[in-house]
Amino acid sequence: MQERVIGRVKRVNGPVLTVKGITDAGMMELVHVSASRIVGEVVKLSGSEATVQVYEDATGIKPGDEVIGSGMSLSCELAPGLIGSIYDGIQRPLEALQAVSGCFLGKGIEVPSVDHEKKWHFFPLVKEGDEARPGMKLGYVQESENIKHYIMVPDEISLTGPVTFIAPEGDYTVTETIARVGERELSMTQHHAIRIPRRVSKRLSLEKPLITGLRVIDSLFPLAKGGTVAIPGGFGTGKTMTQHSIAQWCDADIIVYIGCGERGNEMTDVLREFPHLYDPRTGRSLMERTILIANTSNMPVSAREASIYTGITMAEYYRDMGYDVAIMADSTSRWAEALRELSGRMEEMPAEEGFPAYLATRIAAFYERAGHMESLSGDEGSVSVIGAVSPPGGDFSEPVTQHTRRFVRCFWGLDRSLASARHYPAISWLDSYSEYIDEVKPWWDSNSEGKWSSNRARVLELLQKETRLQQIVKLVGPDALPDSQNFILDVCSLVKTAFLQQNAFDEIDRYCSVEKQMAMLAILLEYYDRGAEAIGKGVPLAKLRRMSILSEIARMRFTVSNDSVSEIDRLSAKLVRAVARLEEMYEE
Amino acid sequence: MKSDIIAKLRAGREYRGLAGLDGPLAYMRGTHSISYGEIVEIMGSDGKRRSGQVLDTSDDAVCVQVFEGTEGLSMPDTRMRFLGEPLTLSVSDSMLGRVMNGLGKARDGGSDPRGAEERDVNGAAINPTSREYPRDFIQTGISVIDGMTTLIQGQKLPIFSGNGMSHNQLAAQIARQAKVRGSKSEFAIVFAAMGVKYDIAKYFIDSFEESGVIDNVALFLSLADDPSIERTITPRTALTLAEHLAFDLGMQVLVIMTDMTNYCESLREISTLRGEIPSRKGYPGYLYSNLAELYERSGKIAGKSGSITQLPILTMPNDDISHPIPDLTGYITEGQIVFDRELHGKGIYPPINPLPSLSRLMKDGIGEGMTRDDHPHLSNQLFASCSHVKEVRNLASVIGEEELTQTDHLYLDFGDFFERKFLSQRYDEDRSIEETLDLAWQALSILPPEELQRLTEEEISAHYKG
Repeated sequence: MQERVIGRVKRVNGPVLTVKGITDAGMMELVHVSASRIVGEVVKLSGSEATVQVYEDATGIKPGDEVIGSGMSLSCELAPGLIGSIYDGIQRPLEALQAVSGCFLGKGIEVPSVDHEKKWHFFPLVKEGDEARPGMKLGYVQESENIKHYIMVPDEISLTGPVTFIAPEGDYTVTETIARVGERELSMTQHHAIRIPRRVSKRLSLEKPLITGLRVIDSLFPLAKGGTVAIPGGFGTGKTMTQHSIAQWCDADIIVYIGCGERGNEMTDVLREFPHLYDPRTGRSLMERTILIANTSNMPVSAREASIYTGITMAEYYRDMGYDVAIMADSTSRWAEALRELSGRMEEMPAEEGFPAYLATRIAAFYERAGHMESLSGDEGSVSVIGAVSPPGGDFSEPVTQHTRRFVRCFWGLDRSLASARHYPAISWLDSYSEYIDEVKPWWDSNSEGKWSSNRARVLELLQKETRLQQIVKLVGPDALPDSQNFILDVCSLVKTAFLQQNAFDEIDRYCSVEKQMAMLAILLEYYDRGAEAIGKGVPLAKLRRMSILSEIARMRFTVSNDSVSEIDRLSAKLVRAVARLEEMYEE
Repeated sequence: MKSDIIAKLRAGREYRGLAGLDGPLAYMRGTHSISYGEIVEIMGSDGKRRSGQVLDTSDDAVCVQVFEGTEGLSMPDTRMRFLGEPLTLSVSDSMLGRVMNGLGKARDGGSDPRGAEERDVNGAAINPTSREYPRDFIQTGISVIDGMTTLIQGQKLPIFSGNGMSHNQLAAQIARQAKVRGSKSEFAIVFAAMGVKYDIAKYFIDSFEESGVIDNVALFLSLADDPSIERTITPRTALTLAEHLAFDLGMQVLVIMTDMTNYCESLREISTLRGEIPSRKGYPGYLYSNLAELYERSGKIAGKSGSITQLPILTMPNDDISHPIPDLTGYITEGQIVFDRELHGKGIYPPINPLPSLSRLMKDGIGEGMTRDDHPHLSNQLFASCSHVKEVRNLASVIGEEELTQTDHLYLDFGDFFERKFLSQRYDEDRSIEETLDLAWQALSILPPEELQRLTEEEISAHYKG
């Protein structure tokens, strides 16, 4: 459809405009307002009036200004060149904006989302005469060292029929025709409306865990590939640090990181740091698998609302090529607040705490876009969603946390008291849970000689016991407990320092391999078993505490690298010998 | 082009007679089409000239917020001129050493400062790709800040205080003592006072005069008896000047904003008058975005030598850190310095509770080559030990001190030493980072070395004073 004037501004109230004289505007249609071409979207139509929310600062818009409809909904431009880019909430590349308007963001600037000049080396995968259908792979380009970017037939009914032309192997820009289906010319670019999930042929069940290299997550509260998780926590509890660590080390093929209403410096940190960090599996720079979306807190609020949809649409696009994609949204509370702000300006009736009544529906719809899917082309891929939640006052009973909990199956609750003691990641082992245990159990047990599920259950049980004992200690002091119970406190304190805590800045500790995690869990449980036995035989706890091996165990997360996990077995043998020596001394 | 010409011709048109007045809001009908955010000059029958800004505009009416308040305006005799452009500040470094009101007009009896350039006070967001990640350590000379919640050049680090505590003294002390080591350039200070009492503004002015930095300070005062609406624009004016000084003139700027609570109260007042749907505690739903527009105007830009460091002060209503104002602030700023009523009661200055305090940027600004190689682990250990002191004190209050173990007694001693020697300092005491770190080692040396799990053995053998 052509660009045409759809109406004129009647009223301006912050980012929400009322437009009069509407005849043929479409719901969710992308519009440009006034001569400065400020981007907006139609969110409500009633009679001859429409409500438009603009994605840029509304200063300067006045009644009577023209509103120009683009004929399409707010869409993502999907083509080679997305990887390694940084976008704002409506997929404008920030680096190109910088070239146009300098270091402060200007308004009404239109730049293509991907470089239209760059030539990509295209390899065809079909022949002329082949039967095309939506989602079919036409060919691919090598987007980065490890990512083959498949060019797929857009999902439109009319695109079924014989391929009448396919370009030979060679260099093309993303706008050049590389194929024809019937009469339709196709380039490497396709557009997809951000609020509509991409169609798949079927949903598959979840099987594999998303390995993050964070022990408390992988070993205790695992997330499945294609799963959803919420990370709630008050300010300063380490949501962003946890998200950064996962983005750096998790074993997804592609990461989409959405900074939604967060700090500018945090995005700068990611931008400066990621190119110099290396993916432990491929050895390539992390930027070669990352797409960043930065809509910081001072950028326009309606673009913040759009940013998570932009992100997940790109994630789904790569999923359809057969990749495992992980998407981090930091933070979904800011997105919910953007909804609230816009809803308030539209004078809608509020539900809880001023949030609109459709908050739960929107949250559900967003998280439901995650999953392990078979795409239209028959490839398996997944989108895992990791959403941070910033509850006001750290109170988990507020609407966004509560609604999110209903639609995610994994919950990593961050605890302020852990964060205050600088116990990071401050994921509470009491509040957190994962409903993916049964799904990932076969994978984990086959990768840990069947020990994962039992060791996990034992550690969690010890930690539960410890909490109960701590309550007693708070009342009567530790001396009132017998050695056997004090020993549980000791073991748990070691589990916390040696296993649950992880230092994101330490070369070795920041990523912990599956083998190392299992070995660490095993040695800690070994200590518990042997120690409890020794205490039963009359060895005083004070003697056990003084074993020099303990400080070696406490530091193993820094000293034992992922390649030399057998070190831990050596420590384990040493531990067994040390306890045995004590037992001999106290044998009568 | 045609529309541009029409807009130019219409700018400056004057209308007479209001359709309504409601608190600081004035409504007018039958104007030409006025753009959102446009600046307005208002002349009352009292001959006083006021300024305002368009908050809502439609075909039939505009809503203008009047910064100087609407007292004395009458409906028929008020004239309004719509200037056709957003609120601007004429910026210039000659504003340093001056006292101005919230809109940048002289308040010290001199003539209004004029600069070469007019800047939109709302500013524009810094493109995240243009930012430079802040990592230069600022030595404030205050042990608990330098040692545990280090301030970094380009950071926004608020002070969460409560009524009656010594946040003003601390802010003034930081302003006097802040320096980047190894750099000669001094900080230019931009000071924005919103709804504070005259005495407090005077305290700052006196303190700047005494230390001889007053020529490097631009003060924007919107005091408690000034119209509340002026407070909503004061920090924007101040930050517009700060941006000019930092990013055009390459200065290191420290912005002190006090009291953010009053700013938020003013926002709530206007929002309520406009009949907007409130969110928590009656504050408008856009409070987060609005605060972010202020706090995010700090940082460093790649390729420019200047920086803006923000030190906003807010008093937590009823000392409640989960109140919307500190809560939303904490989500935007890069950490917080939290005051504690109990420490204040013990007569400790500065009464900073290190446990809830945090500096998010310190991880990249401390350590070898920046402060000292043992600093990262040392601060980590201080946090862990302080957190244990809290547990021991709780335990002691239940079972009595006699029942505590030997080690726990040492923790109590450590806690006392920490509060009396490390935390406490005089208003004019400027400790170097080495002194601070040595003092921290002295405190930790009270504990047996086995308790210092966050430090490496090499660090313990090098610094432990057993």
